[in-house]
Amino acid sequence: MNSLAMSSLTIAWVMAALQTLIFIAAAPLMAGWVKRLKCHMQNRAAPAVWQPYRDLAKLMRKDMVLAENASWLFRATPYIVFGATLLAAAAVPLVVVHLPTAAIADLIVLVGFFALARFFTALAALDIGTAFGGMGASREMTVAALAEPAMLMVVFTLAMTAGTTNLSTATEAVLQAGVVLRPSFLFALFALAMVAVAECGRIPVDNPATHLELTMLHEAMILEYGGRHLALIEWAAQIKLMIYAVLIVDFFFPWGIARDFNAVSLTIGVIAGTAKVMLLAMLLVVWETVLAKIRLFRAPQFLGFAFLLALLGMLTSVVLETGS
Amino acid sequence: MELTTLGLYNQAIIVFAALVLFTSFVMLAQPRIQPLIYTFAWQGLLLAVVIVLAAIVSNHPHLYISAALTVVLKVGLIPWLLYRLSIRLNMNYETETITHPSMLLLSGAGLVVFSYFIAAPIVHLSGLATRNTIAVSIAVELLGMLIMIARKTAMAQVIGFMSIENGLFFAAVVSTYGMPLIVELGVAFDVMVASILFGVFFFHLRDSFDSLDVSHLNRLSETDEAMPLPEAAEVKQP
Amino acid sequence: MVDNMVDNMVDGVPLFLAYSALICTLLSGVVSLFAVRRHPGFLHFGSFLFLFLAGVTDVIAGGWALLTDLTVTDRLALGLPWLEWHLRLDPLTGFFMVLLGTLVTATSLYGPSYTREYTQGDAPQPLPPLGVFTATFILGMQMLLLADDALVFMIFWELMSASGYFLVAYQHQHAANRHAAFLYLLLAHVGALVILLAFGVLAAFGDGLTFDQMRAAQLSPLWAMLAFAFAFLGFGTKAGMVPLHVWLPDAHPVAPSHISALMSGAMLKMGIYGIVRVSFDLIGEVHWEWGVVMLIVGTASALLGVLYALMQHDLKRLLAYHSIENIGIILMGLGMSMIFLGSGHPLLGTLALVAALYHTLNHAAFKGLLFLGAGAVLYRTHERDLERMGGLIHRMPVTAFMFLVGSVAISALPPFNGFVSEWLTFQAALQAPALDNGVLRILLPVAAAMLALTGALAAACFVKAFGIAFLGRPRTHHVAHAHEVPLGMLLGMGLLATLCLVLGVLPTPAIEAMAPITRLLVHTALPTAAAQGWLWLTPVSPQGASYSAPFVLLALVVVYGLGYLFLKRGAAPARRCYPWDCGFGQLNHRMEYTSTSFTQLIRHVFGAVWKVDEGVETTTAGGGPIPRVTGIHHHLHVQDWSWLKVYLPIGHLVLEAAKRVGFIQSGSIHTYLRYSFGTLVFLLWIVSL
Repeated sequence: MNSLAMSSLTIAWVMAALQTLIFIAAAPLMAGWVKRLKCHMQNRAAPAVWQPYRDLAKLMRKDMVLAENASWLFRATPYIVFGATLLAAAAVPLVVVHLPTAAIADLIVLVGFFALARFFTALAALDIGTAFGGMGASREMTVAALAEPAMLMVVFTLAMTAGTTNLSTATEAVLQAGVVLRPSFLFALFALAMVAVAECGRIPVDNPATHLELTMLHEAMILEYGGRHLALIEWAAQIKLMIYAVLIVDFFFPWGIARDFNAVSLTIGVIAGTAKVMLLAMLLVVWETVLAKIRLFRAPQFLGFAFLLALLGMLTSVVLETGS
Repeated sequence: MELTTLGLYNQAIIVFAALVLFTSFVMLAQPRIQPLIYTFAWQGLLLAVVIVLAAIVSNHPHLYISAALTVVLKVGLIPWLLYRLSIRLNMNYETETITHPSMLLLSGAGLVVFSYFIAAPIVHLSGLATRNTIAVSIAVELLGMLIMIARKTAMAQVIGFMSIENGLFFAAVVSTYGMPLIVELGVAFDVMVASILFGVFFFHLRDSFDSLDVSHLNRLSETDEAMPLPEAAEVKQP
Repeated sequence: MVDNMVDNMVDGVPLFLAYSALICTLLSGVVSLFAVRRHPGFLHFGSFLFLFLAGVTDVIAGGWALLTDLTVTDRLALGLPWLEWHLRLDPLTGFFMVLLGTLVTATSLYGPSYTREYTQGDAPQPLPPLGVFTATFILGMQMLLLADDALVFMIFWELMSASGYFLVAYQHQHAANRHAAFLYLLLAHVGALVILLAFGVLAAFGDGLTFDQMRAAQLSPLWAMLAFAFAFLGFGTKAGMVPLHVWLPDAHPVAPSHISALMSGAMLKMGIYGIVRVSFDLIGEVHWEWGVVMLIVGTASALLGVLYALMQHDLKRLLAYHSIENIGIILMGLGMSMIFLGSGHPLLGTLALVAALYHTLNHAAFKGLLFLGAGAVLYRTHERDLERMGGLIHRMPVTAFMFLVGSVAISALPPFNGFVSEWLTFQAALQAPALDNGVLRILLPVAAAMLALTGALAAACFVKAFGIAFLGRPRTHHVAHAHEVPLGMLLGMGLLATLCLVLGVLPTPAIEAMAPITRLLVHTALPTAAAQGWLWLTPVSPQGASYSAPFVLLALVVVYGLGYLFLKRGAAPARRCYPWDCGFGQLNHRMEYTSTSFTQLIRHVFGAVWKVDEGVETTTAGGGPIPRVTGIHHHLHVQDWSWLKVYLPIGHLVLEAAKRVGFIQSGSIHTYLRYSFGTLVFLLWIVSL
C-alpha cells in the first residue's frame, strides 16, 4: 500500500471518528429541539434547547445509589447499552458517505445493536425484582418483537433495490439513481417511520414524558436507575432517536450529503443534514401533538400495520419495479 | 421491466397502482363503516388518476371519459349513496369485529403473490409500459373477493363487490388501455343499478333481522337445525 | 515413492485417530459396567475420562480432515462375510465430528460432578446403564458419521436411537418419563423406516449399498424426488422439524442434563447431517422445488418452535422447543441453498449452505451450553420450573454468567455466534433478486422477515428465561440457599461459552475453514468471505455487505473502559439502599413478574398459534348482596395444536382401524392355522405365476 492510499485511509478513519463524535454530541440537542418545539406547539413555557445537556451533566455528577439486590448485570447494562448505540451511530452516515466504519456494521448488524441494547435493558429491569421492571421488560420485548421484523423488512426492500446492505453504499446508490418514483420506497418510508416511533418510545406507542407508571414502556424499565447510569441510558435513547431520523434521511432524502472529504461538500453536508433532521423533528412534534397514546393492546395493531406497509413495500418492489 | 428505464409518467402510474392496492388492504381490515366508505372513494380517485396518467402516456383520449366516469360514479355517486344509507340505517358508527385481522392481511399478501404468479404469462405477452401493474389489478379483484368472503356486514360485502369491479376496470386499462367505451358505460350503469338494489336489500335485511350481519342468513339453510330465536330463549327464563 | 508412503501414512492418521476415539468410547462403556453402587468412581473417573479422550480425539481427527481437505476410505471385514463395512472420513464428516467431539468433551468435564447426584438421595439410580448407554449413544453417532455404506449407517443410526431411548427413560420411576421415551422410540422408528426407504431407492438405482455406488446412480427426476422426500421426512423426524417434533419437547427435558445437551447439540445434528449427505452428496443434483418445501417447513419450524417455547415455564422444555426453532433456521438455510443451486447460482447456494452449516455448529455450542446451565440449576435447586426460581445470579454467579452468554448467543445478538449465522442466512435471502422466478424472489425475503420475527421472539424468550431464573428475588426457600456448582461442571460450560464467543468474534477464519465442505458438496467455495482479511466478514462482496465482529467487541470494551476511566474512577462508591419502585414498599417475590405474566402480551398477540385455555375462577362464601371472596384461582393451559390436530386424529384412526380388523383375532388355534394355510396356498400360487 502506498503512502497516499494510507493517508487517505487515515483521513477516512479520522472523519468517521469525528462524525461519530458529532453524532453523539448533537443527539441531546435534537432531543432539546423536539422538547422545545413541542412546548411551543402546546402553548407551554419552553426550556432551552440546551436543557438535555444540563440534565446529563447533572446526572453524571451525582452520587450513585443502587438497589440493595442489584447484581453486576445491572451495573454493566448502561455501558453495554451506550456502547451498542454508539456503534450503531458510527455506522450511519450523517454528513458524508464512504465511511470505513459503515463496513463494521451493515444495516442488519445495526438492527442487531439495537436488539443487544434492548436485551440488556430488559434484563436489568428484571434484576431488582420490582413489578414495574417486569412490566416494562415484558411490554418492551413484545413491542420489539413486532417492530423488528417490520424494520428488517424495510431494510430488505431497500437493500434489494440498492443491491447492498452497507449503509454508505446504499445511500450512494440512492443518490446515483436520481429521482425515481418508487412505490416500494413510499411504503418503506411510512413503515420505517412507524417503527421508529415505536422503537424510540414515542407517542402513540409510548409516552416519553409520562408520569403514570402503569402506562410506561421504556421508562418502566429504567425506573431503578440513577446517576451516571441513568445519564448513559438517557443519552443512548437520544442517540437512538437521532439514528432513526438520520436513517430516514439517508434512505429517502439523501440529497446534500457529502460524497468526498472536500471542505465545500462537507459544509453543504452539515447544513443539509441539520436542516433535514430539524424538519423531521418538527414532523415528529406535530405527530405527537395531534395523536394520543393508544391502549397497550392496540400497539400490536399499530405495529401490524407497519409490518403490512413493509410487506407491501417488499411486494411492490418485486411485482411492480422489477417485473418478470 | 426495470423501473429506472421508464419515464416519469409511467413511474407515476406504478406508484398510484401500488396505492390502489394499498387501499384494498385498508378496506380488508377496516372495521368501521364510514372509513370503509371513504377508503372506497379514495380507491376510485386513485384509479381515476391512474387512468388519466395512462391516457396521457398512451394518447387514448377516450380514457379521459372513463376517468371522468370513474370519478362521478365511484368517487361521487356510489360513496354518497352508501354514506346516506349508513346514516339512514344508523350504522355509521358501527364496528365489526374481524376475527384474526393479521391472518386476513397475510392471506391478502399471499393473494398478491398468487396474482403475480398468475399474471406472469400475460405480462410476457404484453408490450405496454404498464404491464407490470396487471398483477396488481388482478390482486385488487381477488382482494375484493376476499373482502366479500371475510367480512360479515352487508355494507362491507357491497364495498367488496364494488372493489372487484374497480379491479376489473383497472385490469382493462393497464392491459389494453381500456375496454370499448360502450362496454365501460354498460358496466358503469350495471354497478349503479347494483348499488341501488343493494340499498333495497339492506332495508329488507334490517327489517327481517334487526341487523346487517349477513351471518343471520345462515338460518335459511334447511339442513341446519333451527337456531333458537332470541325471543324463544328469553321466554324460557323464569 | 517414499514420499508417497509418508503421505499415505500421514493421511491415515486422522482415520487412526477416529478409530482411537471409537475405542475410547467403547472402553468408557466397558469401564462403567463396574460402576456399581459401591464403586461410583468407575463412572466418575473412568468412564468420563475415556469420553474426554474420545471427544478430544474426535475434534483432532475431524479438524484434521476438515482443514487439510482430506478424504480417506477404509474397509473393515466386520459383519457378514460378503458385506464389508465401508468407512470414509471426508471434510463433511470431519465437520460434524468436530461438533460431536466438542460436545462430548464438554459433557465429559461436566458429567462426573453432575452424575454424583444420582448416587445420593433416598432413591439412588444404578450408574452402569447410564455409562453404557451414553457410550453406545456416542458410538452410534461417531460411526454413522464415518459410515460409507447404507448398512453401517442404518446399524449405527439405530444404535444411536435405541441408546437414546434408554437414556430418556433413565429415571423411569416417573410415568411421564416412560411416556416421553415411548413417544421418542415410536417416532425414531418411523423415521428410521422412512430413511431406509430413501436408501432403498438409491440402492436400487445405484445397484449397491455403498455410498459410492449411490453417488454414481442415475436417478430419474421422479425417483430422485422420492428419495429426497423420504430422506427429508426421515431425517427431519430426528432433527425435530414441525410437525414431526412432538417427541422432542417431551424427551429432552427428562433425560439427564448432560445427555440433553448431547441430544439437542449433537443428535439432532445427525438429522441435519443425513439431509446434507443424502441430498447434496448422494443424490447430488438438487432441485429448487425441494428447496421451497424445505424453506417453508424450516420457516414454520422456526416460528412455531419459538412461539411454543415462549409459553413454557419448564426451563429444559423451553430449551427443547428452542431446538426446534434452530433446526428450522438451519433448514431455512439448506432450503435456500437448494433453491439457489437448483436455479443455477452455485455461489449463492454455497453462501446459504455455509450459513446453515455454521448455524449447525453454533447451535451445538450454545444449546449445549444452555442445557448444561439448566442442568447446573437443576443440580443445586432441584427445580426445572422457572416460576420457582429467581435471584440465582447472586447465588451461582459463574453459572449465571455462562447461561447469559448462551442466552445472548441464541438470541442472535452481536458479537456472539448465533448472530453471525443468522446474519449469513439474511445475506443469502437478500440475494433473491438474482433468481429468475418472481415468486421465489418474494418468498425468500418474506422467509427472512419471518426469521427476523423468530429472532426477536427468541430474544424475548431468553429475557424471560434468564430474567426469571437468575434475576430478581428468589421465589422459593431452597433456591434462595443454592450455591455454585463444582469446578468440573463450570469447566464444561466454560468450554462451550468460550466457543460461543470465539465463533462469534472470529467468524471469518471459521468460515474459511469450512471451504473444503462446500468444495466437496457443491464444488465451489466462497471466494470473497475473507477478501478483506480476518477482521472482516464479506460473504457476497466487500461493497455488498460486511461485518466485523472483532471491532464490535473492541468497541464495547473501549466504551466500558472509558466509562470506567471518566465516570467511575474518582467517584464515590455507590450507596446501596432499598429499591425505589415508585415508592411502593415491602417488596416481596410475589410482586415480581413471573414467566407466565411476562409472556401474557405475546399470548394475547399470537393467540391463534396455541390452544389456550385460560380463566379466572373466584370462589365466594356467604350470601348477601356482596359475597366474601375467599379465593381467586387463575388457570392456564397452553397446548400445541399439532398434537391435537395431527397426532390425536392419527391415533384415533389407527385405533379405529385396529378395531375393524380385530375380528380376525379369535384366539382359537385352528383359526390361526387356517390363516397360515391360506397364506401358504396364496403364496404358492403367486410363485407359480
